[in-house]
Amino acid sequence: MAKLPNPEELSKIDYAPPSKGWMDTPTEFKPGMFCHGSKPKSLETLEFPNPREWRPADVDWKLPENWKQILLEGIADRLKKYRSFRLFMDICVRCGACADKCHFFIGTGDPKNMPVLRAELIRSVYRKEFTIAGKIFGKMAGARELTVDVLKEWWYYFFQCTECRRCSVFCPYGIDQAEITIIGRELLNLLGLNIEWIAGPAANCYMKGNHLGLEPHTIVGNLEYILDDIETVTGKKIKPTFNRKGAEILFVTPSGDLFADPGTYTAMGYLMLFEELGLDYTWSTYASEGGNFGFFTTNELAKRLNSKIYAEAKRLGVKYIIGGECGHMWRVIHQYMDTWNGPADFLEVPKSPITGTVFENAKASKMIHIAEFTADLMKNGKLKLDPSRNDHLKVTWHDSCNTARGMGILEEPRYVLKNVVNHFHEMPEDTIREKTFCCGSGSGLNASEDMDLRMKGGFPRANAVKFVHDHYGVNMLANICAIDRASLPPLMDYWVPGVKVAGLHELVANALIMKGEKERTTDLRGEPLPGKEQKEESA
Amino acid sequence: MKVLVSFFAVLVLALVAYAGVEAANLQYLFGVIIPYAAFVTFLAGVVFRILKWGSSPVPFRIPTTCGQQKTLPWIKSSKLENPSGLLGVIARMALEVLFFRSLFRNLRTQLSDGPRLAYGEAKWLWLAGLAFHWSFLIILLRHLRFFMEKVPLPITMIEALDSFLQLGAPLLYMTDVVLLLAVTYLFIRRVGIPQLRYISLINDYFPLFLILGIAVTGVLMRYFFKVDVVGAKMLAMSLISLKPALPEVQIGALFYTHLFLLSVLFAYFPFSKLTHMAGVFLSPTRNMANNSRAKRHVNPWNYPVHVHTYQEYEDDFREKMKGAGLPVEKE
Ligand code: HEM
Ligand code: SF4
Ligand code: SF4
Repeated sequence: MAKLPNPEELSKIDYAPPSKGWMDTPTEFKPGMFCHGSKPKSLETLEFPNPREWRPADVDWKLPENWKQILLEGIADRLKKYRSFRLFMDICVRCGACADKCHFFIGTGDPKNMPVLRAELIRSVYRKEFTIAGKIFGKMAGARELTVDVLKEWWYYFFQCTECRRCSVFCPYGIDQAEITIIGRELLNLLGLNIEWIAGPAANCYMKGNHLGLEPHTIVGNLEYILDDIETVTGKKIKPTFNRKGAEILFVTPSGDLFADPGTYTAMGYLMLFEELGLDYTWSTYASEGGNFGFFTTNELAKRLNSKIYAEAKRLGVKYIIGGECGHMWRVIHQYMDTWNGPADFLEVPKSPITGTVFENAKASKMIHIAEFTADLMKNGKLKLDPSRNDHLKVTWHDSCNTARGMGILEEPRYVLKNVVNHFHEMPEDTIREKTFCCGSGSGLNASEDMDLRMKGGFPRANAVKFVHDHYGVNMLANICAIDRASLPPLMDYWVPGVKVAGLHELVANALIMKGEKERTTDLRGEPLPGKEQKEESA
Repeated sequence: MKVLVSFFAVLVLALVAYAGVEAANLQYLFGVIIPYAAFVTFLAGVVFRILKWGSSPVPFRIPTTCGQQKTLPWIKSSKLENPSGLLGVIARMALEVLFFRSLFRNLRTQLSDGPRLAYGEAKWLWLAGLAFHWSFLIILLRHLRFFMEKVPLPITMIEALDSFLQLGAPLLYMTDVVLLLAVTYLFIRRVGIPQLRYISLINDYFPLFLILGIAVTGVLMRYFFKVDVVGAKMLAMSLISLKPALPEVQIGALFYTHLFLLSVLFAYFPFSKLTHMAGVFLSPTRNMANNSRAKRHVNPWNYPVHVHTYQEYEDDFREKMKGAGLPVEKE
């Protein structure tokens, strides 16, 4: 692996485009900027075409003989299936409004990371093969032949887009490069050209129920560690249930929350909250993944992985589903799940057993976001909270791309956060809410071999954190996304050392006063609470 | 290169028409046949394009949400930026189409030492875009006077408003000036901003020059080299009543040049990015309500997929599940 340059070097970014036109500038595969190719085993598990050993840096990608025909038929098929695709191929005026909105362009200066040019990579082939003007005028009309080099260019740049939709916010026609990337990756998958960091977790999820490949007994075991930690902090022994038929609620969260910190602290938060409420709920080991790496692969695979959630809800006979904190999981659940695998007519409209609130906003899909659930609890005064337990934290809020631009859950988490912390500072206005910046590692790019790319793509996010870190001493970056919890810590260590990362419900649980708990001296991380440092020492 | 090709293409087109009329007396070709052909191409082409877009379904409900969703009653939702119903969608679309709402968000990202990223205001594109489109629309509307025996009141009002400065004779229309300035700005921006020049194609320069050419020939006719306006109106009336006839009087070659460039624009329209005019209405990231959890959206091509069922999962892990105290369906 190439050595990561230091932040000072990395932030010297040259935005001047090359003198030669982009069609004549060959794609150079720079180390640290791309991920390993998918392994044959993963593709076989998923029943995907062309499983074989291959390396993206190799000249020969071992493509099937008729690869071009497969791709062109794939494009034709998707033009028929997606109005978005056909429209976005036709109507871009190249006004450039989207150009400097992409974190990968801002972080690399590479013109092919401008959303408009990322789209042109495929649009140029569309013109050549599917439009009259392109057929007649060729290059004059911005058309070009599909060659192996073009294919490689697609691969390189469609895996340098995190499907964050920031470009779409600024485009006068709402042209969404995320949508084009999604379809572009689908095309690449027709030839077995995924990255292993996506294909591997997706295969795990298909067979074992979650991306990390945690088998049922491991899930139980991991949760037991987490429960022990809860007992250490609160003195309370919690006994959650798994795969329990007849529970009122099924709880689904990304498996990352059960695996490594700081995600595990968020899981502690869910467990403590539900325990305090006496909620009649169950975990599932079969549907043990909220996230969906299928969504970064093909529409079909996303649907296959997602199907487990409703299937399990049906099998267990629950009334409705609560979903944990995750970004792309919620884009999928909010905008796709019911369409793919619904109607969920075997479930009931979600109703909080604590407050009686009926969640009309989820009356078809029957699945609510935990921040919606918790905000409602707080509004109705159902939780006893001591926000001063978070006084050692100066917190800022990172809106995750998918929950911001593919759902719009902006105020619920802020409301919850303000109830549990005393020091909250927003990042600059143009970097939050619908204009939020990606962590740089979304859509399955949070591998370890593409650190250059991740640090570059995460630069705008980190830079905004640095602003509140410098001005207000912010030391905690809170969010509702499992990929954020995995990818922001290294990003912070690189650009803004001293800032830690937390899920929302970790901070909730810190502040939550539980019935019969012992006097807390530490937060969930085992760090002394403000004012309790002394006692720690004397004890 | 691309700029020059586009420029000369428009220039040659203009010269062809001018020479055709002046030297070869091809008035009927440029005044009747080509305009008809162009108009038919335009209509058929745009209809075809819309049908083509329309024939592809919208499988998923994918609005780009630019504000707070509608959930709990006490949380104020953003009705315009994240509409949850039809009314909100109509309002959102109206803002997009009439005022280019999304373009108004535009920012300029700047990197300075530190390193520090800053996001500055960048409203010029929005302003010029709006100025260009609105003046283009108003000019088109003003032209309707040529196609009607009695000029209706709204059009006379537009004319009066447009010339309220009361400058010069004939009275100066503001939109003429605004259009020329705005298109010039859009062009300068395209060649002046390195990234933009890098992404620009002939497909981008050509329509700009074409529109500029139409505007310039129009302005020349109105303010400098007078053509026979009465004759022009007679031709226009004859075209629209489907009884095409060249007027007795000579209208002037400049007029035919103007008309020809316009015809080219019309004919070019359906095959180009100019179809954004129709496409913007169909954009699924803008014209859908964000209510996919409240109201089921159906994908017409949804099909059954191969899934890994619970039963298969339990078969794979039954012993381990039992060992961990997990309930199983089959012992
Ligand atoms: C519903 C109607 C329309 C809407 C909402 C619309 C919207 C827009 C927007 C937002 C832009 C990008 C900003 C800009 O460059 O100005 C644009 C560009 C453009 N539009 Fe339209 N438009 C419409 C109709 C038309 C028509 C009828 C024409 C001309 C025949 C046209 C010609 C152009 C051109 C040439 C550009 C590119 C300008 C450049 O090169 O920078 N538009 N349009
Ligand atoms: S903002 Fe939209 S129309 Fe403008 S260049 Fe980008 S994708 Fe094309
Ligand atoms: S979706 Fe995000 S990462 Fe992809 S091109 Fe747009 S701004 Fe860049």
